[in-house]
Amino acid sequence: MTYAATISASGDEFHAPGPAIFELPSVFPWNGDGVVTKPVLQLVVAAVVVFTLLYLASRKRALVPGKLQFAGESAYGFVRNGIGRDIIGSHDFQRYVPYLVSLFFFILLNNLFASIPLFQFPTFSRAGMAYALAGLSWLVYNYIGIRKHGLIGYLKLQCVPSGVSPAMYPLLVPLEFFSNILVRPVTLALRLFCNMFAGHILLVLFATGGFHLILEYGGIGYVAGPLALVLAVVVSFLEMLIQFLQAYVFVLLNAMYIQGALADEH
Amino acid sequence: MKSLLILAATEGEEHNPLIPLWEEIAISLVVFGILFFAVKKFVVPNFESTFAERTQAIEGGIAAAESKQAEADAKLAELEQQLADARHEAARIREEAREQGAAIVAEMREQAQAESTRIVDHAHTQIEAERQQAITSLRAEVGALATGLAGRIVGESLEDDARQSRVVERFLAELETADAAGENA
Repeated sequence: MTYAATISASGDEFHAPGPAIFELPSVFPWNGDGVVTKPVLQLVVAAVVVFTLLYLASRKRALVPGKLQFAGESAYGFVRNGIGRDIIGSHDFQRYVPYLVSLFFFILLNNLFASIPLFQFPTFSRAGMAYALAGLSWLVYNYIGIRKHGLIGYLKLQCVPSGVSPAMYPLLVPLEFFSNILVRPVTLALRLFCNMFAGHILLVLFATGGFHLILEYGGIGYVAGPLALVLAVVVSFLEMLIQFLQAYVFVLLNAMYIQGALADEH
Repeated sequence: MKSLLILAATEGEEHNPLIPLWEEIAISLVVFGILFFAVKKFVVPNFESTFAERTQAIEGGIAAAESKQAEADAKLAELEQQLADARHEAARIREEAREQGAAIVAEMREQAQAESTRIVDHAHTQIEAERQQAITSLRAEVGALATGLAGRIVGESLEDDARQSRVVERFLAELETADAAGENA
């Protein structure tokens, strides 16, 4: 929030935060155009923290868990049972648990970075990072389906709806193909990216706007400014909810796509 | 960093946020890939084996508890059976004792009855015998007395009336002395 305040203080005019606030410089000052920006560092930090916490929690393997192990087991079980087993089914969910668990906690922590002091930047507001995970999801569920049913069988499973007269196929098959094969990765990526992007803009807007009103505007700004700052706090809590929900939805949809790819002819 | 940011913000270098940097895509995939393999290799096996062991421990405990329960049930049934047997036995013994007691009482009563009858009979017999004896001796004595009296009366019969009356008086006096002697004896 300090840099936001700096922005507003640097000119008399208030510049509403736009896409430019997501263009961060490299963390290495001598290489201002480098790719190692804060979100890139956050990716690495998130991976390290997620692995470390999960590993420490799982390491003891006590039958009667301590606090850390219990927390780790609850978190792990939430994804394993609540998403993996309930969606994919108890028969073959086990082999996808590592993917779902690492995906969920990786996205969750990267989203939470938007609200964690010193980070305060949602990693997935960088479109490329959301595209990467969505593309990976697309590859994963299609690969699983093709491996199980073969390419033709899988395409038939995904694109030919059962219980419909063949006369409708010319209309429905392209639609199904479009929605099940083409659109899914796009919606996955955009849902995550847009939520993080918009949430961050909203927060920056309330924060910088609040400071601008107090520092520059005067008059009614002394009333509206603090109100905006209070709203910034409220929005922060809302954002935390969204950060969790987006991670959950992303992994839930992954599990549903995998389940759909594994499904037998229905 | 701040100054650069301000620069970027004020210069308004607009970069379409939907256009990704390919480096970011690559880095994301690499980082996530490493995380995935680390989690798969080091975290999931730990958790899964813990869960499996725990399930096994709980199931083992339940099985052990069930066998203990069954054992206890069997023992309880056995004890109840023994208790019922013992009650039955006790009742049987009590019944037997009662019957035995009643039999003994009846026998005793019968014996006592017999004894008393025997005593009474014995007494009757004795009394009868003594009566017979008394009758016999009385009869003999009265006969002798009557004979003696008759002899005396006949011996002094015709002398006179005075004598006659004397004889009688003497006889009576003798009788009295004999009685007195018998009493004194």
